[in-house]
Amino acid sequence: MKLSDFAGELSLEVKTCKEGLEREITGVYVSDLLSDVMANSRAGDIWITLQTHLNIVAVAGMKNLAGIIIVGGRKLPEDTRQKAEAEKIPIMTTPLPAFEAAGRMYRKLKEQG
Amino acid sequence: MPINIDKEIEGSFQIIGGNFVNAGEASTQLKLLLTKLGVDEDIIRRTAIATFEAEMNVIIYAAAGRMHYHITPRGISIKVDDMGPGIEDIELAMQEGYSTAPDWVREMGWGAGMGLPNMKKNSDIFKIDSVVGEGTTIEMVINFPQQ
Ligand SMILES: Nc1ncnc2c1ncn2[C@@H]1O[C@H](COP(=O)(O)OP(=O)(O)O)[C@@H](O)[C@H]1O
Ligand SMILES: [Mg+2]
Repeated sequence: MKLSDFAGELSLEVKTCKEGLEREITGVYVSDLLSDVMANSRAGDIWITLQTHLNIVAVAGMKNLAGIIIVGGRKLPEDTRQKAEAEKIPIMTTPLPAFEAAGRMYRKLKEQG
Repeated sequence: MPINIDKEIEGSFQIIGGNFVNAGEASTQLKLLLTKLGVDEDIIRRTAIATFEAEMNVIIYAAAGRMHYHITPRGISIKVDDMGPGIEDIELAMQEGYSTAPDWVREMGWGAGMGLPNMKKNSDIFKIDSVVGEGTTIEMVINFPQQ
């Protein structure tokens, strides 16, 4: 599945790196602890978090994540947006809370088998 | 996968304490270099985790530091040393979940107390040395798979 397949269901607003939406995603990791994401996420994962500061871009880059979904309708700070754009890390926002965003992605990914 | 390293490569990066804006820069540069050299993906992944956590600790706790790397046909050696407060009780600091990170750092999602344990987990050799009031030195070795 691609990130773009979730756009409607999660009301995603694409903030950076539109072309990244066509990347194939292999899994989802939900966490707001950056060391946990460093240690336990896998390359190709979408990362669901409420963190919005600059360091999320470095973490996503270091782990070759497919992109970041920021939950709860939080605003993306301009410095984070610029860095993500420069490093080609797709960032999207959703009005949904983490539980719902993850739940909807889980269901869709499982349906696919 | 054959590793494409016939000579030794070394270098270092400066790390400035408190500079969260450039956090991850040193580790990212090293990762790019390893990728260019065609190093095994799992080795890159482990090096990325270990170096990023070491770099973050310099940024969070110290005034300044340096990451030095030395790549040989056998593996990667990394040394991160800093001028900082040092660590009083290393055994305690090594425990999973132990952190003295201030609240504002925790709000950023750092300070889970997983940094040092994950450096150790991801390296084949891990050494930590610290002098209170002077600084901390981390040495890590990650071996290439032997073919
Ligand atoms: N370079 C350092 N200088 C001073 N203290 C450090 C350093 N690295 C780690 N520490 C101490 O060890 C603790 C545990 O570190 P770590 O496992 O990386 O977790 P965290 O950074 O999330 O607190 C830190 O909270 C801090 O008290
Ligand atoms: Mg740490």
